[in-house]
Amino acid sequence: MTALVEQLKGGLDAPICLTWELTYACNLECVHCLSSSGRRDPRELTTDEAKAVLDELHALQVFYINIGGGEPMIRRDFFELVEYSIGRGIGVKFSTNGAFIDAAKAKRLTDLDYLDIQISLDGTDAVTNDAVRGDGSYATAIRAMEHLRDAGFVERNGPFKISVVVTRHNVDQLDEFKALADSFGAQLRITRLRPSGRGADAWHDLHPTNAQQRQIYEWLLAHGEQVLTGDSFFHLNALGEENLPGLNLCGAGRVVCLIDPIGDVYACPFVIHDEFKAGNVRDAGGFARIWKQSELFTELRQPQSAGACASCGSYDACQGGCMAAKFFTGLPLDGPDPECVGGEGELALAGVASGAAPRPMADHSKPPRPVAVSLGRR
Amino acid sequence: MTTVAAHPVLGRSLDLHPQVALRPEPFGALAYHYDTRRLVFLKHPDVVRVVRELGNHDTVADTLTACDIAPVRHDAFASAISSLLDSEMLRDRTG
Repeated sequence: MTALVEQLKGGLDAPICLTWELTYACNLECVHCLSSSGRRDPRELTTDEAKAVLDELHALQVFYINIGGGEPMIRRDFFELVEYSIGRGIGVKFSTNGAFIDAAKAKRLTDLDYLDIQISLDGTDAVTNDAVRGDGSYATAIRAMEHLRDAGFVERNGPFKISVVVTRHNVDQLDEFKALADSFGAQLRITRLRPSGRGADAWHDLHPTNAQQRQIYEWLLAHGEQVLTGDSFFHLNALGEENLPGLNLCGAGRVVCLIDPIGDVYACPFVIHDEFKAGNVRDAGGFARIWKQSELFTELRQPQSAGACASCGSYDACQGGCMAAKFFTGLPLDGPDPECVGGEGELALAGVASGAAPRPMADHSKPPRPVAVSLGRR
Repeated sequence: MTTVAAHPVLGRSLDLHPQVALRPEPFGALAYHYDTRRLVFLKHPDVVRVVRELGNHDTVADTLTACDIAPVRHDAFASAISSLLDSEMLRDRTG
């Protein structure tokens, strides 16, 4: 354990990796959506409130923010907020499904400094992708990438990212994802599927098998620094001698946090649940007070117990895995990750009674579509 | 001022890249490069002090002396500064 990692565990003066979901509204309804997005929340931060948060982040010297949603480009003030942020010296990386990137928007995005884009894609073919992200979403994402290419985004701003959540259905496509990214001059980013939001239900059928986890680990070792991971696969470090590149720790409340569309601040983007809510940016003292003084974040920065994993020789390598993954599968936070590569997670999961796992909160899923009823006409 | 087998970087004139921001942290500072989007940890407050001062002195060696860094530590600082140069957090000063 390096001294630096120990320092980071004690928290930073401001987050490194701050995710800000601008809206719960989304044109898609991905089965694994970590924020259960779909419908806009009427309590969404206004443009002025959002700018006030950006002023605070500027004062805290936050270097960049990761904007997501929902689909952030749905907000009418999307460009206004992005431009305001960049004007305050806060770089923006935003995640999008690409539906609103036409030729004109691609040009506008290309002209912004300090802007980075992540296009979400979960399959290298429409069948694999659309099964998770919805009909037509593969074609939409590819079209957006073509618009960015035609606008010269990569030449001016550097590679945009293709962002993939690894599932048991797309894990065999990692090479193809890489080739697709290369063909656009883009960079591949792969992240771990969490049982968060609607993903709580989808996780059991989508998460990679144990054999596939080794496949991911080896693929990442082979591709090293060329592929981004958000340091999300550190639980795989228990598989071998060599650690994957990146910070080997859970950053929740220490280097990472989430601001949701209504201003609630959570320890990380994958724990939208009251238990991990540290406050709201509308509260007195705003974001800075939450980051520096909230009870929850202070607690997360204390040394964490290895609990049931204390006697395992791999604990230093995997750090007990992901807090969100444990929480939403009903496992104790001081025990193995549900995807523990030593198989302890599977055993632990078998002991979780059906329905015992906490349910994700703040569900903004769209209501079920009315079933088409054919009126009784003969 | 440096003696045996001085690290080559010690004689250079450097400063912080204009696109780099430093943010103080308990362990030292974070350096963020807005162009390359690279984030680097400066893991000791003395390194931060030296990096901030580079632009005010003719050479790296002069900066170390001005910052009261003991000569025995100069090589370690030279390595740290070289790697910051490699990652473009620092740049050669012209003129």
